[in-house]
Amino acid sequence: MPTAFRGPTAATLAPPAELWSRDEMLPAARCRELHRLMVRCRRLEERCIKMSKSGEAYFWVGGPGEEAFNTCLGMQLRRGEGPAYDYVHLHYRNPGVLLGMGMPVLDHVRQMAMTLTDPHSMGRNFVCHYSKRDWNVIPVTSVIEVQYVMAPGTALMQKRSGGDGVTAVIGGDAGTHEGDFASCMIWSSRPGFELPVLILVTNNGWGISTASETQHAEKSIVDRGKAFGIPGEVVDGNDPIASWHALSRGFRHCRTRRKPYMIEARVSRLHGHSSSSGAARVPDEDDCVAMFEKKLLDRELMTKEEIERVHTEAINEIEEAVRQVHTEPRPTAADVYTHTYAPSPVDSVYPEDYTGLPA
Amino acid sequence: MATLVQAVRLALHYGEEHLGVTDVFGEDVGPPLGGVFTATQGLKTAWNSPLDERGIIGTAMGIAYAGGRPVCEIQFCDYGFNIIDLMKVAGNQRWSGAGQFPMPIVLMTPSGSGIRGSLYHSHSFEGWATRLAGWKIVMPSTALDAYGLMLSAILDPNPVMVLLPKALLRVRGEQQIPGEPENEDELKEMIDAPVGAARAAWTPKWPDVKPYFVPLGQGNRVREGTHATVVSYGRMLPLCTQAADQLAAEQGLTFDVIDLRSLFPYDWPLIRDSILKTGRFLVVNEDTEVTNFGEHLLRRVIEELFYDLIAKPRVLFGKHVPGIGLNQAYETNEVPQLADVLVAMRDAATEAA
Ligand SMILES: Cc1ncc(C[n+]2csc(CCOP(=O)(O)OP(=O)(O)O)c2C)c(N)n1
Repeated sequence: MPTAFRGPTAATLAPPAELWSRDEMLPAARCRELHRLMVRCRRLEERCIKMSKSGEAYFWVGGPGEEAFNTCLGMQLRRGEGPAYDYVHLHYRNPGVLLGMGMPVLDHVRQMAMTLTDPHSMGRNFVCHYSKRDWNVIPVTSVIEVQYVMAPGTALMQKRSGGDGVTAVIGGDAGTHEGDFASCMIWSSRPGFELPVLILVTNNGWGISTASETQHAEKSIVDRGKAFGIPGEVVDGNDPIASWHALSRGFRHCRTRRKPYMIEARVSRLHGHSSSSGAARVPDEDDCVAMFEKKLLDRELMTKEEIERVHTEAINEIEEAVRQVHTEPRPTAADVYTHTYAPSPVDSVYPEDYTGLPA
Repeated sequence: MATLVQAVRLALHYGEEHLGVTDVFGEDVGPPLGGVFTATQGLKTAWNSPLDERGIIGTAMGIAYAGGRPVCEIQFCDYGFNIIDLMKVAGNQRWSGAGQFPMPIVLMTPSGSGIRGSLYHSHSFEGWATRLAGWKIVMPSTALDAYGLMLSAILDPNPVMVLLPKALLRVRGEQQIPGEPENEDELKEMIDAPVGAARAAWTPKWPDVKPYFVPLGQGNRVREGTHATVVSYGRMLPLCTQAADQLAAEQGLTFDVIDLRSLFPYDWPLIRDSILKTGRFLVVNEDTEVTNFGEHLLRRVIEELFYDLIAKPRVLFGKHVPGIGLNQAYETNEVPQLADVLVAMRDAATEAA
């Protein structure tokens, strides 16, 4: 356990090679990478909120306040298609995860703007409702908690295939009131058939408007895992260094022991529930981006100018994406039926795809 | 000949051997029981799941997402109401996800009345099932069709729900499943698990059954006639054929009786061409009356064939009540019986034009 201050001393000229949070450390390069991702994510969210108010788009939902935890998750997922890679079952607050995996902001803006080019849903679904087969990103649905009953299925195939792929599943704290959360714990820990499911909960203390302490009696959600022998931990999701290490412990456990692990990340909700509740910035919750920047500055890992440059670049990149989606095609009446059915050799009515009622 | 439930089991075996079925699972589906109706006895990929319908369909979806081909069972369709949102997701994920992931799951579940099952072992499900866009819904009424529809359900890369008419599960087929032994005792000996202590050591001897696919969307005209068109499926279908035979013998009335087999997609050309011939239409099922799948067919018949009808089109459904009561006085007065089918068919055929 380090006790002494780990940052540079006044006499140090070169920036420090690492950043500490309590007794955990990340190298400087990783911190800068995380910072850039968090800023791009925050700026993207802010621009999308603006789109929802300006008439460029309708509904906004996302995860401002969850950037630290989510980008760490995205960066640690092993991206690829099929059970040899990680699967991820998301909900609607996870642009940080996709950006961490390498998604261009353009693809997020396309979904926000409902273009035909939106690779996740062809303009059919709300923003953050990703679907990406070549990265094992399971289609996101608005239905709270159902991702937790699908996760054991992908994990089962991963365990059976003999590799070290992990299934990560994530959702909010209020969602854990649904039986689907219990289902996930039960199906992931059947004796002799334990599954490599990394069960994640981002606890922001709220449902939409219902405070969690008025509904949960348990102190922390991870305590529920104890009954099933699922180890877990609570982490400060506003702290990217702590989040990084908690996630890497979780991934390591699932990858090597082929058993479930649970992490509850305490996070902020900086723009309320969604555009339905106004999406205005809340004044009184911790801001992971601002806190991380203060730390990067204090420990002289980055200068004010460097941080500003990261913001400017992010804004430019996002504005360019917004400009581009304005030029892209929108869905038309001709797109209503497509992708309902996969082609089938045994369907005499819809051998290719849905075409309307049987003719 | 195999019973309907044996046919399902043979199809699942064929699916495991030749169509890539990776998992057959659900409550009591694996050994020792092999399903409360024995549909899954002896299957090499069958396993028991937690008593959790949401976990069952969710896990099936996850297995499918990761490249597997699961067949899951909901023990009775009456216990499928708590998964209707997951069914909806299974049906819409491909559409909403711009066609990226297929969803090759089969969900099979016993449906309908006829086993004195009281409120929660007698529901029909097709009224809900057919509203789930993105799914395909089938319901066999014979063993051979059960085999052929199950193979198609497995091969089809979309979610397919197989509604099994409970009351017909033990009914023997009249047509041979390709590759099944001629002698039904021999088949029983081969694939039915023994009761008692012998079961633990038992393994099935599977007959070398052959591929036989009933295409989705293809009905079957099981009686041919001129006086009226009768469309039915599942448990009500044999009542319709029985009534047709009786009315032909006693009153000289003949019917096109169509076993729909596939409820979605349904065989509209078969229905339409028959009505163009007879000018009369009756649809029969045992589901409750209000917002019944048969009403959809009736709506299309009225809108598209109104001027080709020579008498009013009709429906015969179950009564709109909260449940099927245990005392047979309830069931026989709530669900169409042979006598009701006879009257409805005769009326459809003889109403003055
Ligand atoms: C099954 C279901 N019930 C209700 C809703 C409406 N709804 C959307 S978000 C939400 C609150 C979710 O809170 P939580 O799980 O804590 O996640 P958070 O939004 O706080 O991240 C509700 C009630 C829904 N989408 N799905």
